[in-house]
Amino acid sequence: MSQGKIIKVSGPLVVADGLSDANMADVVRVGEQRLIGEILNMTGDRASIQVYEETSGLGPGAAVETTGAPLSVELGPGIIENIYDGIQRPLEEIVRMTGPNLQRGVEVPALSREKKWAYTPVAKMGDRVIGGDILGTVPETEVVLHKIMVPNGVSGVVEWAIEAGDYIVDEVVAKVKTDKGETLPLTMVQKWPVRVGRPYKKKHNPVAPLQSGQRIIDTMFPIAKGGTAAVPGPFGSGKTVVQHQLAKWSDVDIVVYVGCGERGNEMTDVLREFPELVDPRTGESLMKRTVLIANTSDMPVAAREASVYTGITIAEYFRDMGYAVAVIADSTSRWAEALREMSGRLEEMPGEEGYPAYLASRLAQFYERAGVVQCMGSEERTGSLTAVGAVSPPGGDLSEPVSQGTMRIVKVFWSLDASLAYRRHFPAINWLNSYSLYLDTMKPWFDEHFGPAFMLNRNKAMSILQEENELNEIVQLVGKDSLSANDQLTLETAKMVREDFLQQNAFMDVDSYSSHDRQMRLLALILDYDKLAREALAKGAALQPMFEIPAKEKIGRAKFVEADQYQAAYAEIASEMEQEIAAIVEKAGADV
Amino acid sequence: MMKEYRTIYEVSGPLMVVEEVEGVTYDELAEIELPDGSVRRCKVLEVNGDKAVVQLFESSAGINLKDSKIRFLGHPLQLAVSGDMLGRVFNGMGQPIDGGPEILPEKYLDINGLPMNPAARDYPNEFIQTGVSTIDGLNTLVRGQKLPIFSGSGLPHAQLAAQIARQAKVLGGESNFAVVFAAIGITFEEAEYFVNEFKRTGAIDRTVLFTNLANDPAVERISTPRMALTAAEYLAFEKDMHVLVILTDITNYAEALREVSAARKEVPGRRGYPGYLYTDLATMYERAGRKLNHPGSITMIPILTMPEDDKTHPIPDLTGYITEGQIILSRDLYRKGILPPVDVLPSLSRLKDKGIGVGKTREDHASTMNQLFAAYASGKEAKELMTILGEAALSPTDLLYAKFADEFEKRYVSQGQEENRDIEETLDLGWELLKILPRSELKRIKQDMIDKYLPQEE
Repeated sequence: MSQGKIIKVSGPLVVADGLSDANMADVVRVGEQRLIGEILNMTGDRASIQVYEETSGLGPGAAVETTGAPLSVELGPGIIENIYDGIQRPLEEIVRMTGPNLQRGVEVPALSREKKWAYTPVAKMGDRVIGGDILGTVPETEVVLHKIMVPNGVSGVVEWAIEAGDYIVDEVVAKVKTDKGETLPLTMVQKWPVRVGRPYKKKHNPVAPLQSGQRIIDTMFPIAKGGTAAVPGPFGSGKTVVQHQLAKWSDVDIVVYVGCGERGNEMTDVLREFPELVDPRTGESLMKRTVLIANTSDMPVAAREASVYTGITIAEYFRDMGYAVAVIADSTSRWAEALREMSGRLEEMPGEEGYPAYLASRLAQFYERAGVVQCMGSEERTGSLTAVGAVSPPGGDLSEPVSQGTMRIVKVFWSLDASLAYRRHFPAINWLNSYSLYLDTMKPWFDEHFGPAFMLNRNKAMSILQEENELNEIVQLVGKDSLSANDQLTLETAKMVREDFLQQNAFMDVDSYSSHDRQMRLLALILDYDKLAREALAKGAALQPMFEIPAKEKIGRAKFVEADQYQAAYAEIASEMEQEIAAIVEKAGADV
Repeated sequence: MMKEYRTIYEVSGPLMVVEEVEGVTYDELAEIELPDGSVRRCKVLEVNGDKAVVQLFESSAGINLKDSKIRFLGHPLQLAVSGDMLGRVFNGMGQPIDGGPEILPEKYLDINGLPMNPAARDYPNEFIQTGVSTIDGLNTLVRGQKLPIFSGSGLPHAQLAAQIARQAKVLGGESNFAVVFAAIGITFEEAEYFVNEFKRTGAIDRTVLFTNLANDPAVERISTPRMALTAAEYLAFEKDMHVLVILTDITNYAEALREVSAARKEVPGRRGYPGYLYTDLATMYERAGRKLNHPGSITMIPILTMPEDDKTHPIPDLTGYITEGQIILSRDLYRKGILPPVDVLPSLSRLKDKGIGVGKTREDHASTMNQLFAAYASGKEAKELMTILGEAALSPTDLLYAKFADEFEKRYVSQGQEENRDIEETLDLGWELLKILPRSELKRIKQDMIDKYLPQEE
């Protein structure tokens, strides 16, 4: 391998010459400590390198060596339940090696080379296999069956397959005689460059919803499995809680959570809390399906740039096994800032607000790696990759480049609102500014699985909220009393939708997750109240007594009913409500 | 013998270019010796071939290009640490200025520290009682948290910080407590106020002070908070102490950073601040926290004055994205004579949920907190409506909310600088105020809690 020498150091950017053999985007080792870097630019034999570790102490003359390969991740059993830094170094392993603070130049394999996995072969001797076919399986955790796939680009006949048993990841588990006549030994590990999307046979339109147990998301602005969503919001509006809730309760098989330039304690929170939470679908701990990528804000900025790619490549790998995967990135703004910092040091011509001109295309490339795909391999498998990114606009101003670049691509937009957060309306997703473009494509699915009432009720609730917004403008001018009884009822119903339905307390056990059936019943209850009260008004009943019926207060507390009793409880509220309103109507009739 | 260079080619503002250097590395510390024998310190910002760009920590006045000598010391800027630092006063570069003896260093630590491995962090969840209702009840502080105070010029942030430092305690726990205080570009009077406060309460013996006053060199401010945090890390993680770090004022720090960035002719981000302001602030703020298997902790209260009280200004904005919440002071409340003038609604503690509840404060804490927030927000809305349309336009419930908002400010927020309320008192006061509202409005509290805690009508 060719060896170069440093000629310039400026923060995370190092320029070295004598690297004529190196390729663009190669990973290089810099200096005595063998810091990891990546080539960004080549001019003659001179390379500009972004170094993924602190460069303090590096100076001209130090050696630079190319590894001849681009930045890649190791894919194989051992990824789940792990916490990695931005370039896939296992952080817990590093704690054991170097203590609680991150030292430089640490070399650790991403996957444990000691742990043995229970491997069961699937492909048999003599089978013809192509890239994506399954060689064997490993139960990686109680809920994830890791499928060891033939690496992409390999095709041939299985010459030899190992027997079922416990092996380390480097053990050769099969030998494939390729079409060219070579014999390829295959292990449980494959490598893939992070900046290249993993191939698939065909992409499909996302049609099925991802259910998150969050009422405002599932009912109002649903996201499809394989879709893309952005969560923008100023600080303190609850972005991270929304992202954590999605990571906790989404009905997907694998969650990859990328903490990109965010707080260290938030990653710790996930790390300590998830193992104790129980997945309502599998009954196992949530950590058993989660991968964490943590490149917190105090960790080197260049590795932050790589972390979202590391995350999405791991997600694609599990998608290729035919799983539904969600990758959640918090926050893409920090990733963009890392891009900006490197671009500035490279002295590139800046675009808007100092961000490089290629910001929007990089964002688009990232989100476009999501989707529902037909996986590689001869077997028919469909996998999906859902991408959700937080955006942290400076000052909450959505006109800045990262928000704008994101909004052009994503199909679902959950706009967080500081004024809602101040009122402690959580999740502080603004119902008027948010949108989901999947409503039309998912309507057939909803109609088939939940019945047509679901979409009707959803649209009804939305129109009540919209109407409230218009009525509020009038109230601001002339006061509530000047409104007609019907309009006052609309305001009251809208308040119930907001407070009793949309508000959801992530920190209360019974309210943190709401099943779809429960969401539908709760919304139906509120809309029934509106319908009954409106009918009563038409029959001459007074408005105020209807605001004071006990059943209405019970609706307000309906979300706190324990998960195993809600059906009965809601039915009871419904019948009480009918009786109480009927009594008011009767009284009105008697008074006349 | 260390090599000395007389090849300073350029001095402009805080930056110098030195030529024909050899073996110089990035981030290395250097010393310049002036013809009169005085020595100033600087660090390497960039090396390019045989040229080094060096940033001075002190003023560049008096540097002579021909006769000044520069020595590169081969290590980054370090702080000499020892347990004897407690009770001492240092300047912004870590040298004692209280007339006492030199510190006998136990070791020298790089002031940039090393990032904490997120897998080695312990989640902060130990309730700290500050005795201030708006913090304890609504924006609870926990050990290892970084909770800034967003203030404005002329607001009593120093008093609030001093009150917290004075009253803070962990319920039912022993306390091996220390305060590290960094004055970054503040006036003598403000720094003196803190010193006197620490003296008055006797905390001065457990305090380490780093002072860079307004008339000290601005570039020195870049290292002052890092000096303080290095001392704090040493006390917390090597001496097992619970350290409260107060940094004031971060706005001055960011301005010093901007000065250096402008001198380097970097592409500016918003309002002329460098694009890496977020990362730079994060490398300081993230040094707060707890580590697994370490008894010590660093709790950080940075103070910043928001230019024009504008929360969207880059300094408060980026700080808010890194820290675990913020306490915002309000000019309106201060004018009304409410002390401390904490603007309750936009203030937030992100770690509160882990620090409250059964076994930490009380079971009703979480839900009353939410209810108080929501009721105060509705009350303020009702009051706004009342100013436009008059009292007659409000429904009876809205009137109650308006009354609640007034009482809440008067009794809950306002408590003065000396009152130290314990958490039970704060929670009971909350219930007392909630009594103003009809029971049916208390939707955020479970029925059984209401039955148990809501004061009965006489």
